[in-house]
Amino acid sequence: MFALSKRSLIKLNVNQEEYEVFIRPSDILLFTLREQLGLTGAKPGCYNGDCGACTVLVDGLPVKSCLMLTAEAIGKQITTVEGLKDAPIQKAFIEQFAFQCGYCTSGFLMVCHALANRHPNPPDIVIDEWLQSNICRCTSYEEIGNAIRKVLSGTCK
Amino acid sequence: MIEDRPPLARKKVRYYGEPIALVVADSDFTAAKAVSLIQVEYKPLPVVNSPSQALEKDAPVLHEQMILYHLTSEDIYPELNTNICDRKKIRKGDVKQGFAASDIILDSTFTLPQSDHIAMETRAVHARIDADGTVFIKTSSQTPFSVRESISQTFNINLDKIIVEVPFVGGGFGGKAPVQLELLAYMASKAVGGKEVKMINSREQDIASSPCRMGLEATVKLGAAKNGMIQAVQITYLLDTGAYSDVGPRLIKAMIVDCTGPYNIPNVWCDALCVYTNHPYVTSFRGFSHASSAFCIERMMDKLAHALQMDPAEIRAKNALQPGNTSPTQVKITPSIFGNLTACIDKLKALINWDEGTMIEVGNGKVRAKGMACLWKTSNSPPNAVSGVLLTFNTDGSINLNCGCVECGPGMKTTAAQILSEKLKMDINRISVNMEVNTKYNPEHWKTVASMTTYMVGRAVLRAAEDVIQQLKNLAAAVLKCPPEDLEVANEQVSVRQDPSLFLQFKDLVHGYQYPNGNSVGGQILGRGSFIMGDLNLLDQETGAGKSGPYWTVGAQAVEIEYDRKDYTYRFVKAATVLDAGKVLNPKMAEGLVKGGMCMGLGLGSRESFSYDKDGKVLDTSLRTYKVMHFGETPQYLVEFVETPEIDAPYQARGIAEHGIIGIPAALANALSLAAQAELDELPLTPETIWRIKTGGCS
Repeated sequence: MFALSKRSLIKLNVNQEEYEVFIRPSDILLFTLREQLGLTGAKPGCYNGDCGACTVLVDGLPVKSCLMLTAEAIGKQITTVEGLKDAPIQKAFIEQFAFQCGYCTSGFLMVCHALANRHPNPPDIVIDEWLQSNICRCTSYEEIGNAIRKVLSGTCK
Repeated sequence: MIEDRPPLARKKVRYYGEPIALVVADSDFTAAKAVSLIQVEYKPLPVVNSPSQALEKDAPVLHEQMILYHLTSEDIYPELNTNICDRKKIRKGDVKQGFAASDIILDSTFTLPQSDHIAMETRAVHARIDADGTVFIKTSSQTPFSVRESISQTFNINLDKIIVEVPFVGGGFGGKAPVQLELLAYMASKAVGGKEVKMINSREQDIASSPCRMGLEATVKLGAAKNGMIQAVQITYLLDTGAYSDVGPRLIKAMIVDCTGPYNIPNVWCDALCVYTNHPYVTSFRGFSHASSAFCIERMMDKLAHALQMDPAEIRAKNALQPGNTSPTQVKITPSIFGNLTACIDKLKALINWDEGTMIEVGNGKVRAKGMACLWKTSNSPPNAVSGVLLTFNTDGSINLNCGCVECGPGMKTTAAQILSEKLKMDINRISVNMEVNTKYNPEHWKTVASMTTYMVGRAVLRAAEDVIQQLKNLAAAVLKCPPEDLEVANEQVSVRQDPSLFLQFKDLVHGYQYPNGNSVGGQILGRGSFIMGDLNLLDQETGAGKSGPYWTVGAQAVEIEYDRKDYTYRFVKAATVLDAGKVLNPKMAEGLVKGGMCMGLGLGSRESFSYDKDGKVLDTSLRTYKVMHFGETPQYLVEFVETPEIDAPYQARGIAEHGIIGIPAALANALSLAAQAELDELPLTPETIWRIKTGGCS
């Protein structure tokens, strides 16, 4: 089993680039991304896995980066919102007014992006289940629902 | 307003979560370790755990030194040696006579809990003090200019030595209007020789330490004639302001100003008390007290309709304020000032299919029910609130719009650009607005609050546009050898009205005009626009008479739910709003703001609240116990607008950013009261609350 007993130099793959970073065993991925790699797209909102603003993709699946140790991400492919380059969901969010203040947006984008990749044709209950992981305080969620449905139906590419 | 709160508690800690010490360290790991080494011994004091308890005869007084506190406004009336830090009154007509003329009199009490803003970004500040003494604060705030003022006042530093910068703000909802962490961050930086310090609230601190949303206890007595016409209302509001007053005095002012709801009630008696308790202190929250006051009056409207066996929509329409009536503070109602409530009600009825019936059995013990509520809100801005706009041109003729309002979600900077583009008849993509705010470089905008930004900034934009139009015309007139009034400005050109083929382009004018021989005239064209609220006044202490805001935004809202009689659960089916927007400037944004407000209102109605233990300790300090609305729980949203022009507003537009929330908790309670056949006069309406009220707590 892999173990990290002290501050160590590790390799991370983020947005398809290799980075070398010094981490403490207790460092969480959110901290490493923001404070060491300068990737501030993942946002802290609760450090408790409740709000989803810090969501990133780990091997294509959404993960709350406040709940994952950086050490656990070694050898995995991490994607942050900075790694989404004109993804359909980004365009759909703009067209559907799916954000207001924008703070939760990167987290929601990551969840939606992964959902569209993993389940191209999900029933509503699957959409609800995936998106319930995150909180938006500005919109009514209906706009976010419209945006993901636009992407799933292929009307926003 | 009442300077009652030290940045760090001194001698006495008045609420759970109150900051008592600061630790500055090189990393948050070290700081956290140091915090755990601080040992605090508290001597427990008697606890005031509700506003009514705060008014009991032998209640402990939270602020025994109230007499020493500095008041920053003349209209605050603290009652010494009590927990009442302010009392505001309405005395209009004669309630005794009004009740005597009533065929029916209803009494009710309402209890609404404190709750929290839960902006997704918790409050965060950077502070440093440069070698020349300049204080630099970067903060997540709706009020950069108040932060500067507050730092200056508290620490006796000249305003020109303080720079406050605000980037995009991750949600405010009123919670980032007060100044709190900024003072602490300055103190922390000062303690380490001016080095830059960073302070970020954890979610738990953001909920329990930083200010929250008001709680309320209210008693309402309403008298009406048999035909449904309301004769009199008597209201007592006890606002739970928590341990410190912050904007509590202004919140109770807002409550009395609109205490009748948007209805014509000739006889009004209202006392609003701002009451200290040992709860977290409160501040502005979307709707600025109106979601609470509307809950009381709109529940009363339904009770009245029920008692008289009238349609709740009809009784509201019957009593709706009309031109010629006066508001509780005796402001004369006109279509421009008030809008058209009756039109909103009519449109809402169609939107939610009201006439199919407000309660429909759907089988299996379930019932679908609809509830309605009306709303109105004016602002409580100080008369000397200002907003300024500066326009500069780039050499290609494009414009920089420079203003001091903060972008926290509602898109007001886009609106400012829209207003300028409309006035100058030019492409909006050629206008760029500063997104971040810096108090050194941007003209002051009072505060980004109260749904007043479009009104205030918009008017300043229009004046700045007039200013540049005049300058452009004057310069072009000299070059084209014609009077300036014969010129037109459009499409980045100044052209001769009679012969549009004679024109000069902005790019050839805005940094001065150069003749073919090289001579140059003019210079940079700089546009100035300045606005002050102006004709508002403080309310009379005894009667409340006076004008608190420039106009109202009115509206009607409805909620439809499906309720299960077996287990008291329910789900949202529809939520609808019709607002009189004056003029909708940005249709998709307007719809989004109203929907977002409704979603938040459903949260307040169904789940959001603080609970406390016997010592006043807040128990819901994480998002695991403090629940907000989530994806998939929301109803179908319906939004429409009525447009009654507000003749002084930029392009007749009224403020609409807060209003979606105001009537929703009341509409939900009205729907559920009907469905459960119970009087649901408290919030939040969880299944357990409904069960307790319905059964008295016995199964």
